[in-house]
Amino acid sequence: MTARFPLVALALLAPLLIAADKPVLVPDVSARQVQIRYSFSGAQLLLFGAIAYPGGRRPESPAAIAVVLRGPVQPILLREKQKIAGIWMNADSSRFRSAPSYYAVASSRPIRELVDDRTASIYELGVHNLQLSPGGGALPEKERHFEAGLLDLRRREGLYSQDPHGVEITDGILYRAVVTIPSQVPVGTYTAETFLIEPNPDPSKSGRVVAVATRDIEINKSGFERNVWLASRRHRFAYGIACVVLSLGLGWAAAVAFRRRF
Amino acid sequence: MHIYLPIAGQSVNAVFIILLGFGVGVLSGMFGIGGGFLTTPLLIFYGIPPTVAVASATTQITGASVSGAMVHMRRGGVDLKMAGVMSVGGLFGSLIGAVLFRMLQASGQIDVVISFLYVLILGWIGSIMLKDALVALGVVGGKQAQAGTARRNRWVASLPLRWRFYASGLYISPIAPLAIGFGAGVLTVLLGIGGGFIIVPAMIYLLGMPARVVIGTSLAMVLAVSAVTTMVHAVTTRAVDIVLAVLLLVGGVIGAQYGALLTLRIKPDMLRLALAIIILCVGFRMLLGLAWRPDEIFSIEYL
Repeated sequence: MTARFPLVALALLAPLLIAADKPVLVPDVSARQVQIRYSFSGAQLLLFGAIAYPGGRRPESPAAIAVVLRGPVQPILLREKQKIAGIWMNADSSRFRSAPSYYAVASSRPIRELVDDRTASIYELGVHNLQLSPGGGALPEKERHFEAGLLDLRRREGLYSQDPHGVEITDGILYRAVVTIPSQVPVGTYTAETFLIEPNPDPSKSGRVVAVATRDIEINKSGFERNVWLASRRHRFAYGIACVVLSLGLGWAAAVAFRRRF
Repeated sequence: MHIYLPIAGQSVNAVFIILLGFGVGVLSGMFGIGGGFLTTPLLIFYGIPPTVAVASATTQITGASVSGAMVHMRRGGVDLKMAGVMSVGGLFGSLIGAVLFRMLQASGQIDVVISFLYVLILGWIGSIMLKDALVALGVVGGKQAQAGTARRNRWVASLPLRWRFYASGLYISPIAPLAIGFGAGVLTVLLGIGGGFIIVPAMIYLLGMPARVVIGTSLAMVLAVSAVTTMVHAVTTRAVDIVLAVLLLVGGVIGAQYGALLTLRIKPDMLRLALAIIILCVGFRMLLGLAWRPDEIFSIEYL
């Protein structure tokens, strides 16, 4: 603690001087592009990298790493079913303007042990710290209820996940984490963020994020899948005609093939 | 083997879907039905979004009814004028159905309405068929349905503006077949069913059409209406998954041919009994889905 104190003081007094002295993250991902093809049934991404300490000096207390992979933000309407007259039907609903379509966080130690709630929500570390921007001026109680429902639903779909021991750090320098992407993820630009967190030696106080690095990952439908999807959006009429012709053709072909056989 | 469905946005087991199509195809070949009323619920149970299931099953119905319609056409079992009139009704029905579909989607009640209509229709048709089959098999007593044109509905006969339908030997107002086609069109869009199992009794009992043209005419009409409905879905809901439809079709069209062969070997009343039980089971499963607490209380709609 006493050895650390001058450093902290220096940091407060001369941020410019320290800036050159901060550790730097050198992150990478196993694939910059994920192509969704006909056989796509999910993917595993390896998020890895190195922590470059100034002068190669490692701190005496090991730093922690948290990696976050997040998908494009989508505005959604969440509906809740209730039993009305013996039938389960959608009754209440709530809007979320900025719910990420995919969110996975992995860390070398549980996030709760590393930073306090305020820091966690600034960096959106952890599923419960996502800024979902509920809209419509609902009661806070209802908001929380719907938020919990959304988190639970997406967790079970594998779209939101949290692994408190998912990052492996080798020799305090190299880190790696494996993140699983299910097949139903939406396409778009995903960001892989890596946070270097320096835990506070006093467990009751919050650690701080000392370095952040970001990499983009493109998840695209490719080839045939992409063309089909685009055709169904851009050339609706032609796509419909193609579907009808195809089904007529297949039905006819089967009829002809079997008439010859039997 | 997993295949990614570009519109549904998820991967499915291709073998499973083809087998599902095959199974439904066998049934549709055996009973002369499109089989959409089985495909759609089974796809929904499998986890395909209801909208995509309904739209893609419609495409499958078109393919499944082609070979049947071809056979009946060759035998002269299609009243083209009647099929045309009903298809026009079906066209309007599917357009109105699409508007209804959008309204229900916006209100968030589409899933409940789909399930509820299925429970009603499957329960109704299933119990009628079960009763008929049991009576025919001599398990329970009851009057056999009377044959002949005496069944013709008085309400239909009182409609103005009569046309002659030579192939059916009828002189009735086109308003009645138009209305039947309209109803079938609405149901096709909402439920992803061809409606054959509703049109056939309606044609026999309401219009009094002779049995030899009923199946062929209903197949021709289902063909036209399901093709139009595929277009309506492609343009409005954009939920037709061509990959899913092809998987269903590959199994379905082959299954339909085997089903048609099987019909010759099994006692028809046993067939009807089997179909009635299948229909009631699917209907019961749908009812449970409505009444039991669902796995997911929350559902997401993208804005």
